[in-house]
Parts: sequence; structure tokens; C-alpha cells
Amino acid sequence: MHHFTPFAALIGGILIGLSASAMLLLEGTIAGISGICAGVLNPAKGDTAWKVCFVAGLLAGGMLLRTVLPAAFDFGIIRPYGMLILAGLLVGFGTRLGNGCTSGHGVCGIGRLSPRSMVATVTFIASGALVVYLVNHVLGGSL
Amino acid sequence: MKADLVSFLCGIVFAIGLGISGMTRPAKVIGFLDFTGAWDLSLAFVMIGAISVFFVAYRLSRKMRTPLLAAQFSIPKRTDLDAQLISGAAIFGAGWGLGGFCPGPAITSLASGAMPVVVFVAAMAAGIYLYAIVQRFGRTRAAHVALASADS
Repeated sequence: MHHFTPFAALIGGILIGLSASAMLLLEGTIAGISGICAGVLNPAKGDTAWKVCFVAGLLAGGMLLRTVLPAAFDFGIIRPYGMLILAGLLVGFGTRLGNGCTSGHGVCGIGRLSPRSMVATVTFIASGALVVYLVNHVLGGSL
Repeated sequence: MKADLVSFLCGIVFAIGLGISGMTRPAKVIGFLDFTGAWDLSLAFVMIGAISVFFVAYRLSRKMRTPLLAAQFSIPKRTDLDAQLISGAAIFGAGWGLGGFCPGPAITSLASGAMPVVVFVAAMAAGIYLYAIVQRFGRTRAAHVALASADS
């Protein structure tokens, strides 16, 4: 059973929003993590340093969480390796094809009231829900 | 240099936000997407918090000629809906529901050292490269088609 944690979720969400806001107001960029990852993996001249620094920050933040809030890495559910590999491929490919993920579309795009991001967000939540339904309720949580 | 430090610090704050909010826990993500099971609405509050703050910041940015540490804003301008956007989002969502990780939490969770996360991130990187290859192939083919039709 999972616990409903609206307060922690809201605080965490505000921190995510503050980070994305600082990137926008200070650097003029959208903190879309899938785009940042792609930029690190396929570097383009003059537009890579900030992405590498942001990813380094995510990792440093992760190290901090590990000591201060280890519960953040109580994953709860870890899918089998085959499923994780397929999931990773879909996430990597899909975010490039659709130009964004939960941060770029779900937070920054909706915050800009972008119709593309609203449609993308509704779409990825719906397809995620469909897959969870299939895996959890049709296949019984195992593949 | 200052901008790079800002990016690094923003990455840290972003990661802490992900950790506090529950986004780094696939159980929470899958619980949020499990509408017909024990639905856990928590992650909707992550979106409410993050979007509200960013909404205000974006309004503010519209009043600024340039960002504080850079020459210009680089913000997507497209407003059209196309099949590529929707199919990409659908494919991403399928992977998100399957693994319970999206890109930010996956990168952050690498710090846990857990092998499943390492495997997921490696596969995600492969997916990103796969798209780059497909796109390059598509462009080459389009160029050939354009050349062929120009010849005839």
C-alpha cells in the first residue's frame, strides 16, 4: 500500500518549480531534463556546458539525498531488468520524438500554457496509466 | 562561469525537490498512474506546486528583455500539434509506466548506486542515441528523395 503524501509532494514540487524558474529568469532556458540529457549525449557547440553542469547538479543533489533523505531511494517497486531496459529505451526515444518529458512539457510547458505541452502531458499520463493497468491488472505485475 | 554555477545549483535544488516529492520512487509513480488500483494522487501535488511557481516566473520573464545572466531567452515557440509530438509522448508515457522512472528522477537516483537504475539510464541513453540515428537516416533519405525528384 502506498501512502498519500500531498504535503511532501507540494513542497518538492515547489522546489522543482523554483529551480526551473531560476533557470528561466537567470539563463533564459527551459529546464527540460530529457532535452538536457540529449544535449549532454550529443553535444552541440556553445550549448552544452550548462547542460553538463545541470546534470552534475542532479547527481550532487542525489548524493545529498542519499545522506539527508535516504528514503528518497526506497524505490518500493523495481521492475525486472528486461522491463527496465525496454522502459529506458521507450523513455529515451519517446522524449526525443515528442520533444520533452515530465519537466519540459509537464512543468515548464503547462506553466507557459503551451497547447503542445498540455496535449503531450495528457498523452503521456494516459499511456502510462494504460501500461500500468496492463502490467499490474492484466499481467498481474509480472512479465 | 557564473551561469554554469547557477545551472549546477539549480540541478541540486531540482534533485532535492524530486527526492522530497516522491518522484524518485517508482512505487509512487506507478501508484499515481494506477487509476484502477490503489490510486495515489500525491504526484498531482508535485505538478500543482511546480507549475504554480513556474507560471509566475514565466509571466515575469515576459516583462524582461533578457534573462539576468544570458543574452536571450530560448523558449519553444511552436504551437502546432503533430503526430510526432503525440506519438513521442505516448511512447515516453509507456516507458514511464513500465519502469516508473522519468529522466530527472532516473539521473538523480544514479546517486543511490542501485544497479537497476544504472541499467535504466543506460537504456535511456541508448534510446536517445537511437532517435538521433533514426533522425539522421530520415534526413539522408529525405535528401536523396529531394535530389531524385530534382533530377527528374
